[in-house]
Amino acid sequence: MEEKDIRDDIAWAQINVDVLRSIEKPRLSFWLLFCFAGCLFLIGVACEVYQWRKGLGVANFDNPHVWGLYIASFIFWIGMSHSGTLLSAILHIIHADWRKPIYRFAEAMTTFSLMTAGLFVMVHLGRLWKFYYSLPYPNERWTWPNFQSPLLWDAMAIFTYLTSSILFLYVGAIPDFAICRDNATGWRKHFYSWLSLGWMGTDRQWRNFRVTYLTIACFLIPLAVSVHSIVASDFAMSQQPGWHVTSFPPYFVAGALYSGCAAIITLFIVLRHTFRFEEYMTLPILDKIGRLTFVIAMVWTYLNFVEYASVWYGDDMYAKDLLIQKATGPYSPFWWTMNFCGSVIPFLLISKTIRGNLTAMMIISLLLNLGMWLERWMIVAPTFSHGYYPWTMDHNQWPSFVQWGMVLGSFGWFGLLFMLFCKLVPSVSMYEVKEMVYHRTLAQKKYAREA
Amino acid sequence: MSTVRILGLFNDFDLASYALREVRDAYLPALNRDDITIKSPIEHPDVEELLGYRPAPIRRYTLIGSLLGGILGFLFLASSQGNFFAQQKGGKPIIPFPPDIVLTYEMLILGGVYITVLGFLISAGLPARMKSELYNTKISEDQIGVLVKSDARTIAEIKKIFEKHLAISITEEVIE
Repeated sequence: MEEKDIRDDIAWAQINVDVLRSIEKPRLSFWLLFCFAGCLFLIGVACEVYQWRKGLGVANFDNPHVWGLYIASFIFWIGMSHSGTLLSAILHIIHADWRKPIYRFAEAMTTFSLMTAGLFVMVHLGRLWKFYYSLPYPNERWTWPNFQSPLLWDAMAIFTYLTSSILFLYVGAIPDFAICRDNATGWRKHFYSWLSLGWMGTDRQWRNFRVTYLTIACFLIPLAVSVHSIVASDFAMSQQPGWHVTSFPPYFVAGALYSGCAAIITLFIVLRHTFRFEEYMTLPILDKIGRLTFVIAMVWTYLNFVEYASVWYGDDMYAKDLLIQKATGPYSPFWWTMNFCGSVIPFLLISKTIRGNLTAMMIISLLLNLGMWLERWMIVAPTFSHGYYPWTMDHNQWPSFVQWGMVLGSFGWFGLLFMLFCKLVPSVSMYEVKEMVYHRTLAQKKYAREA
Repeated sequence: MSTVRILGLFNDFDLASYALREVRDAYLPALNRDDITIKSPIEHPDVEELLGYRPAPIRRYTLIGSLLGGILGFLFLASSQGNFFAQQKGGKPIIPFPPDIVLTYEMLILGGVYITVLGFLISAGLPARMKSELYNTKISEDQIGVLVKSDARTIAEIKKIFEKHLAISITEEVIE
């Protein structure tokens, strides 16, 4: 008999008690992780201040290496943002109710990943104080925005995705803010009263809430696909070897879903431990995420091989030469690690025993994300090292400590935002878990009657 | 006669539904079905059967928002390209349709989402003043509230029905 995703006999009041208690008193490990994230963030801030004062040279940028880890990390964080859309919107539409205890933090991941990705766009410009030059408004500098450029599409798509994700996250949390309001005291009561907008759970509110949530979910799916397709267009619409590939948009979307799923596993395990969510973030749910991750990993692997095959059997000698360079040149350790982590490690997820082992799943999820981060770096760096012009050939570049520091800082920034969110907002959706318990009990009763 | 509000709290959906059905079938002359509200921690599964169909006009807002977002977005782009940001195009069109469609698509979604949320707030009556309605914090926990507004005589009848169906608590309030 299949294990239950969640116990059917949890009382509704108990769900409130469990989730609210966990917010107020997380384990010590929460604060340790919070401090760790804070330290990483400070490293990033220090590197940014240094780069601000000295210029982009300290990042070891030169022509043609002008993107480095910044843009690789930008793509990585955009990819991570797809987790929320996948878990919340797609699974909501197909009525996969096992998503209910875990979708809230996946939505939060989406929002904070996009915020982190946005930082890299600004950081890689170098002169941050002139960021407004890139904004499209009539000015006397004769700096015209090019509406035909995917970079401008990127800005619009990310802005749309970020604000829509924030609204999706917020609207979906209103009933839970009302629960927090009804149980809080002091400043928290004011805070949650303000956020809950006077929600009282009336039939009118629920009716409109359902339609709204479903509608935004329907919008978010094509939006998420368009965002990563546009990010892929930043590369695919150029003429550079290794980038001018037709399959890049679906490849990027699959990669985004893949890294998002892997990150969900990591944060699932972290939240389960730090907030004592063992009752809600259960092993059967982890098992399902593991299976989903495996499927997406295979899609990504397939698209990866499609790309290799089309380059190998194609007539573009520069692209083929780049592929050989990736496999045998100075970036080869990273390229092989990427392929190993992205295409071989997921086969461990076939084993049910491994899918039910938290330590193994934690290690696997970190390795998968390492692979996905390397994938982004292997998209950006080798092409710059092996361009068309003679002076760009074999022009290898190793990122400076400033670039690495920024990457670490981005993880710290994301960690700080995410953990602060989890401390203030229930990362398990209480009303959805109640629905899940209620409908499963109803189904059981119906089954018993029929039997 | 004065208008009174009564809030009965029930342990589960079944008890609340029995009470509501009896209120409905009692054919109380002064009772309007629109004056009955269910308050619950999750959406009542049989709400339409009990209270009849009540519209949720969100999709109209969505349609209007999407159309406005798309049309205004394209006009904004086209007018910018035609005026402020006109560039030397070497014979290519000043307003290029294929790339503009990408941005129009994003603005269509942007408009759709924003106006859907606005429509939600309007249709659901949010933000609401908590003090203006009878409410009990147990509703967000595990109890089902049935709120009825009517004249004092009808409310007295309803109170009896609530008591018959084991309401945990009954609160009354004279509003005018």
